[in-house]
Amino acid sequence: MKIIYMDNNATTRVAPEVLEVMRPFLSDLYGNPSSAYTFGGKIARDIREARELVASILGASPEEVIFTSCGSESDNTAIMSALSTGKDKMHIVTSRVEHPAVKVLCNELAKQGYRITEIPVDREGHLDMEQYKESLTPDTAIVSLMWANNETGVIFPVEEAALMARDRGILFHTDAVQAVGKIPIDLQKSAIDMLSISGHKLHAPKGVGVLYVRKGTKFSPFLIGGHQERGRRGGTENTASIIALGKACELAAKRMEEENTRVKALRDRLEKDLLNLVPNSRVNGGGPERLPNTTSISFESIEGESILLLMDEFGICASSGSACTSGSLQPSHVLRAMGVPFTMAHGSVRFSLSVYNTEEEVDFVLDKVPPIIEKLRGFSPFWKPEGQVCASET
Amino acid sequence: MWEYTDKVKEHFLNPRNAGEVENANAIGEVGSMACGDALKLTLQVDDKGTIEDAKFQTFGCASAIASASALTELLKGKSLEEAEKITNQEIADYLGGLPKEKMHCSVLGRQALEAALSNYRGEPQKEQEGEIVCECFGVTDVEIEKAIRENNLSSVEEVTNYTKAGGGCENCHDTIRELIAKVREEEAPAKRPKLSNIQKMRMIEETLEREIRPSLQQDGGDIELIDVIGNRVLVATRGACAVCKASELTLTHLVEKKLRELVWPELVVEEVKE
Repeated sequence: MKIIYMDNNATTRVAPEVLEVMRPFLSDLYGNPSSAYTFGGKIARDIREARELVASILGASPEEVIFTSCGSESDNTAIMSALSTGKDKMHIVTSRVEHPAVKVLCNELAKQGYRITEIPVDREGHLDMEQYKESLTPDTAIVSLMWANNETGVIFPVEEAALMARDRGILFHTDAVQAVGKIPIDLQKSAIDMLSISGHKLHAPKGVGVLYVRKGTKFSPFLIGGHQERGRRGGTENTASIIALGKACELAAKRMEEENTRVKALRDRLEKDLLNLVPNSRVNGGGPERLPNTTSISFESIEGESILLLMDEFGICASSGSACTSGSLQPSHVLRAMGVPFTMAHGSVRFSLSVYNTEEEVDFVLDKVPPIIEKLRGFSPFWKPEGQVCASET
Repeated sequence: MWEYTDKVKEHFLNPRNAGEVENANAIGEVGSMACGDALKLTLQVDDKGTIEDAKFQTFGCASAIASASALTELLKGKSLEEAEKITNQEIADYLGGLPKEKMHCSVLGRQALEAALSNYRGEPQKEQEGEIVCECFGVTDVEIEKAIRENNLSSVEEVTNYTKAGGGCENCHDTIRELIAKVREEEAPAKRPKLSNIQKMRMIEETLEREIRPSLQQDGGDIELIDVIGNRVLVATRGACAVCKASELTLTHLVEKKLRELVWPELVVEEVKE
């Protein structure tokens, strides 16, 4: 069965060009970049080039790029570094819709006595900037706000938020794993102090990430060991994946325009036509400030896992914010924070596209999904043929 | 991704008896949109008390749909007396088992069946029985105790898997623990068989592990089981307990009381000094 992959915010395929450049480092070029002899030492040069390519897509300097193992490590490192260099500051500002790498860490820190402020979002998923401004205090060690939301694609005004933090002498970190490669980023012009990237979200393999740390920012390493990454992250370099990430960033920079034109057009068509074909459906966080590849659509009166498994029968891959798919019993914290009613939250499906998706694939999804929704609604106790949901259940 | 059995998948993809029985004379509706799953069961019962037709409508995940489909298959052709006896475990078994986190789907089926039978008997819609324990999912103490009893549950996690209670904000976890202890206590005397020595030792060890060590460890102390001779339980104290003057009191009061309550009423705890 052909796979129709529309779950690129979960992970992406490794680009063939990326696989090609990393392959030698998994076979012949196995030397340790820290070694004195040429066979190992020359690999350090390849890593330097990869670092330059990553820096380039961020508008940063190469020495501001630290390679890590994943986005979660980058997020953890940034927040823990701010706390250990922030003297006795005990306050962290974040949002209600962060990725677990930030959210769960903050929950743990709260147990240790740190004060956490989670800034709410409105129905469209936009950050409450007034409340954000008021939350910044002399006791605030760090602000951590995602650049773009993984479930809805909603983009936060992080550059504006970073300026407000800088004015008050507060460190600013952003989890940009969904944003890098999809929207232009220029850190030189911004007040962002730290930023996280995850390789596998932009067609590099899993197991590699980046933490950008602005020059002059006080920093304390998370993983302590050797002198690698100039003493900022111990551990022998994941050479092949680092080379891959460099190439992936180079490709992403080149494809950014396609992402914002062709991919966006595919997404827009998928979204518009699904809403037309399926009554009582809506987009969660569908405003203009959104990633070009993401749409979160809720289908009223049915449950997301059922939708995903019926789509799976046709090879269509997507995600849901429903309770049953998450392993918890409540629908996604992002949709709940946005006040999406239960009638809608349980039946949400996120499609996230990439440059590898085609018009034909969108046609296929548009052909298969509406009958699936109809089938499930056909035996839902909450679905009334005229489209009225029981008032008592909303 | 959940690991469903082929039978669950098959019933999910091709649900049996989806829809509503026309002129149903037994209707049971349970669950709600907020909870994430709901089931409406409609039955046609003939004059002799045989279930002629059964249909379901489900809002929920694959296993909720499969459980409802299985329930209707189990019900068709059964007498009311036989139907009454169908447990949630039987629904799960019919499907070749459910992932443990999804057992609540089978419980939902059992609840719908109860509601339908009571509707058939013309009983007024049941008022909510007991007190709400889990605010997130609206689960009462009566429902939780029933699930503990019928499925022999012993941890909060299991209670959540079967009833959803405790799966949200987690504020009710302490209350759930108390309910588990309460049910276990109720059942203990009736079920207490004569223990073999090996069983006794194992139960003592388990009780220490689960009920006693965590609270001692919180205060920086600990206890170790050295030996069991007849009804004498020999233990040694560690950490803060070893130097604590009150430890003798702790031992007799806490450890002995728990062991007598949960293992054997004649146990005597003795501290071994090293």
